[in-house]
Amino acid sequence: MLDDKDRIFKNLYGQGDWGLEGARKRGAWDNTKAILDKGREVIVNEVKASGLRGRGGAGFPTGVKWSFMPKAVGDRPHYLVVNADESEPGTCKDREIMRNDPHLLVEGCLIAGRAMDCRSGYIYVRGEFIRERERLQAAVDQAYEAKLIGKDNIHGYDFDLYVHHGAGAYICGEEMALLESLEGKKGQPRLKPPFPANMGLYGCPTTVNNVESIAVVPDIMRRGATWFAGIGRPNNTGTKLFCISGHVERPCTVEEAMGIPVRELIDTHCGGVRGGWGNLLAIIPGGSSMPVIPAHQCDELKMDFDGCAALKSSLGTAAVIVMDKSTDIIRAFARIAYFYKHESCGQCTPCREGMGWMWRVLTRMADGRAQKREIDMLFDVTKQIEGHTICAFGDGAAWPVQGLIRHFRPEIERRIDEYTRNADRHAVRVAAE
Amino acid sequence: MANRRLAPPDQQPKEFSFTAENAAWAKQQIAKYPAGRQQSAIIPLLWRAQEQNGGWLPEAAIRLVSEMLGMAHIRALEVATFYTMFLLEPCGKKAHIQVCGTTPCVLRGAEAILDVCKKRIHHDPGHVSADGDFSWEEVECLGACVNAPMVLIWSDTYEDLTAESFEKLLDEFAAGRKPKPGPQIDRQLSAPVGGATTLKSVKA
Repeated sequence: MLDDKDRIFKNLYGQGDWGLEGARKRGAWDNTKAILDKGREVIVNEVKASGLRGRGGAGFPTGVKWSFMPKAVGDRPHYLVVNADESEPGTCKDREIMRNDPHLLVEGCLIAGRAMDCRSGYIYVRGEFIRERERLQAAVDQAYEAKLIGKDNIHGYDFDLYVHHGAGAYICGEEMALLESLEGKKGQPRLKPPFPANMGLYGCPTTVNNVESIAVVPDIMRRGATWFAGIGRPNNTGTKLFCISGHVERPCTVEEAMGIPVRELIDTHCGGVRGGWGNLLAIIPGGSSMPVIPAHQCDELKMDFDGCAALKSSLGTAAVIVMDKSTDIIRAFARIAYFYKHESCGQCTPCREGMGWMWRVLTRMADGRAQKREIDMLFDVTKQIEGHTICAFGDGAAWPVQGLIRHFRPEIERRIDEYTRNADRHAVRVAAE
Repeated sequence: MANRRLAPPDQQPKEFSFTAENAAWAKQQIAKYPAGRQQSAIIPLLWRAQEQNGGWLPEAAIRLVSEMLGMAHIRALEVATFYTMFLLEPCGKKAHIQVCGTTPCVLRGAEAILDVCKKRIHHDPGHVSADGDFSWEEVECLGACVNAPMVLIWSDTYEDLTAESFEKLLDEFAAGRKPKPGPQIDRQLSAPVGGATTLKSVKA
């Protein structure tokens, strides 16, 4: 288990003071000026050396992303945008950061802003996080008041930070949709290229980062890249917030080292799978967009980017959804398909039409009201959606269905057989009466 | 995609205007964005209008906000109909209940919560109860999955529910009281029930 001294989120459960004073006691805002004075190159290189990979799902190296920003500020200002539109089913980690340790994020924004020559930053909080938004705004206000950020602050680097919010659209977690939404439009993703580092918010160079990616930066800068890189394994470094939901004895959010075996994660912090490890049916390792992993593969599963990729899934947001043997797996995935149907922005035809189609077919399959050839057809349709849309939403909706078919095809077939058998029995009885 | 339309004309108030306090607040919001980019403030402004109007967004408010921000009316309508947190039809006076019905909550029993809504409020979502006090809808993931099942009522989440504790919650709202938000069982926010397994050496 990760040692308490290596934890970054020391107020994860809100047991202490979330405010400036409490945050200072936990080590935040301690000589931030010295970090900022190191300058752009040093900060970016330190974050690169730490091996930090984006915590929002895609896992792109954060330092490398920062280095894509123009080297000098031209006539267009640079923007930092923080993606706090946490909506991936299963994921509830950024919520804890915003409500219990918001100063980690505020300080991280200042440092990240310095690393990319941004003079202003926007934090886009999902609309449903109303109290979390209020808390974050209160922390930003405290930071302004203490002259930690804003014009003429004690750090000698002018930086304005604003809290913005959405109103209930999952798609706004996609960075281009988020920028559209922040500009006051419908959240429909833009085509890339041009990439945000070149043409982002208001047509200016912009970098969009996840809350957790930004919130860990102050600790990386204080304790050094080697400390962070020493946790986990190469290419999968650092600590990570895991949210374990579903059929475990005690669901919770917890910070652990990357690469922790999933069984250890569940047994140590959640009291095990409901009914014991033997009762496990499957887990989804990284939020509902990621392919499911059946129980027999979970013994060897290490919770990091490479560990999940080895089993044809992905770490995503590290939101572990656990399903025991009582789960109607097909219905569970039909509900996930409904989620994507509801949240499709409607811009690209394969997604807009495909999501509803997949949901309807899966709903029939959950009852067994389907033909076996439709399983292949469904798989084929997911392949027609994947990679054929403007943003990655189409991929994220196709993968869970592909995972279901890959691992639970016999269950789908069994249900079709059962429905057919019952249908016959029913028909005979009616005819006999 | 969700198919969303404005409430019929007979339910729409003729006029809407911000209170002086909210109008001043709106000005501050607009100032957060660069000059000429005031359109960025549309979601916060519409949201404030919805709060002022008792939880739903009338057509007059959309029109007002579009004028305040110098936008074409249709652009504001697009935003109001795209984002599902904008309720376009009247909702319950005492509580509008948003039940998370996505898979992680369903695994922990969200269907029982939905059944209570169907039984006590109205069989169908989006309808106001007979006494006008309650309404409900099933929403997609609200981001409190380790505290499932949960509901969002106005600005607060009520977590770790059972059908019984949810019924009690509704009783409280019906009596005009405001129950304590957060987990409805003995639990420190998202820590495991029975106490955190970590951070024991860190002083609060």
